[in-house]
Order: sequence, then structure tokens, then C-alpha cells
Amino acid sequence: MKIDQFKPAIVYTIYIAAPPEKVWQALTSAAFSRQYFSGLAIEADLKIGGAFVARAPDGSVHICGEVIECDPPRRLTVTWNVNWPGLVEKLGPTLVTYEIEPAGDATRLTMLQSHDREISDDILSGGRSGWPAILSSLKSLLETGEALTIKMAPPERMLAALKAMGIGTP
Amino acid sequence: MSKPEFVYVTYIETTPEKLWEALTDGEFSKRYWFGTEVQSDWKVGSPFALVTDGKTTDTGQILEADRPRRLSYTFKHELYETMREPETKVVFTIEPYGNLVKLTVTHEGFVEGSKLVGAISTGWPAILSGLKSMLETGKPLAIPRAALGKEELARS
Repeated sequence: MKIDQFKPAIVYTIYIAAPPEKVWQALTSAAFSRQYFSGLAIEADLKIGGAFVARAPDGSVHICGEVIECDPPRRLTVTWNVNWPGLVEKLGPTLVTYEIEPAGDATRLTMLQSHDREISDDILSGGRSGWPAILSSLKSLLETGEALTIKMAPPERMLAALKAMGIGTP
Repeated sequence: MSKPEFVYVTYIETTPEKLWEALTDGEFSKRYWFGTEVQSDWKVGSPFALVTDGKTTDTGQILEADRPRRLSYTFKHELYETMREPETKVVFTIEPYGNLVKLTVTHEGFVEGSKLVGAISTGWPAILSGLKSMLETGKPLAIPRAALGKEELARS
């Protein structure tokens, strides 16, 4: 995979009152992710080429990919492929990068969702609505000990656009 | 390509009323907005200003004030010559979301090649992260201005 052919389509930055190591841990461990990420368990083999999986509470794989860049606790890039039939074939792979930087006593977390082709606003509406919820909840979890309960469903316009492309959706 | 604009969404464990208060109370804003006081009587047509250490950095006029749902004002930067651009517009939309509040901030109306859009795109995530921390934990985020670092490109 040629990583330099991917351009960020969605960028979300959030500042968190926690050290970079803690933010890294929250992004890469199931014990944390289950709390802030709709019950999904992140299972990451943190080395280049290692497997990256987000597993649903019923044990099924919702997102699968592999680790592309891994520089703890500063930078992690993974392929982030939602396990819907035909999605990767039609849209190409999705890359997600987390940049983690100290900012005073806080930490700046920047999430970049990148693609190797143009992706429509309808399809990007999924990430645009999802990331703020996931990362707002992660921030609350690290700062207050409690994640937020944010009920999220995939946006209708995204599901319609995927369906129109012949991609299987739940 | 669409015009440059900035959109930011965050979810906060608070009430719409408390969030409205936090966005419009100058003493409170100093605690999460890098010491900046928001100044206005928040009536449609009234002037709006951001004041830091006695210096007015930005000015505008209240366009909408539908407490506690929607607040918008025009926004013009005054301090730095390079960012004195035509008036832009800021809109805060406050929506109850279960036991949370969803806050959407839209900053739009930038000219092509705007310098201001880069600066506000760096500033808003830090300000709104600090606002969320203040409302949820009572403690501001200790982010020095200098730590804001590189300018992010505005995505539209």
C-alpha cells in the first residue's frame, strides 16, 4: 500500500487533560474502547503489519485492518476497513491516523481519516458524525472516569449512498 | 470546491442552559478561552467583542440569540493586520442529546486564500475542548497558547 497516495478527508482535533501515554492506551486497548466506542473492543497487535480489529460485543469483527505506522505514544496509523460486503472493493481502503502530542499539561489528539480516492460527502457523513462522538466520549472517560452515553446510528444518507453503490449495509 | 469553512461538533455532559451561560458569560469564558472575555448584551443587533488583557481582538454583531438553542454573530478579526479580512459568521447550535448536549460550531464566510481560517481552525478545537472540560470537571485545560502548534488546514 502506498501511504503517500492517501489524503485526509476528515480531521478532528481534541485536547485532553491526560498524558500522551494514557491517550495512546485508551486508543489501543479493549478495556477503554468498550466504554467510549459503542461497546467495540479494539484489539491491536502494536507492531508494523500487526492485526488491528474492532470487535462487536457479540464477537463479530466490525472493523479490520493492519498497523501501518506505530510510534508509541506519538503516532499510530492503521487500515480501518468496516466489514460490510463490497465496501473495500468499491471505496478502497480507509486509513486512520492518530497524532498524539503534548500541549502544555494536556495532550492534543488529532485523528485523520484518509482515502486514496475522492469519497462523496454522503459517505463521509459517517465519519464526520462518528468521530466527534467517539472522541468526545474518550475525552470524558479520561478526564472524569466516565464515558458518555451517545446513541449513534449510521447516517441515513450514508447508508443510502452505500446501498446505491451495491455495498452491503446492516 | 466549496468555500473554506470550519465545522466542529462536540458532546458535553451538561444542560443547554449551562452551555449557553458558558458561551455568553465573560468571566466564565476567560477560564477556557485563553483568558478571553466575551462581551455583549446578547441582543440581536448588539455589538459583540472578544477582549484579552484589555485588548479587543475581534468584533462583531449579534445576528441570532435564541436562548438556549442557537447563537450567532458576525466575526471580524482586529488585532493582526494579516488577518483583518471581511466579516465572517459564527453559529453555535445547542441540541439536547439524551442526557448530553450536542454543540455544533460553524465558522464560515472566509475569503479565498484566507489567513484567518487557518488561525480559527487551530483555535476552536482548543477553546471547545477547554469548554467541555470546564463544564464536565470544573477544571480548565492547561494549554499554553504557544502549544497550539502548527496550523491545521481547514477542511470543508
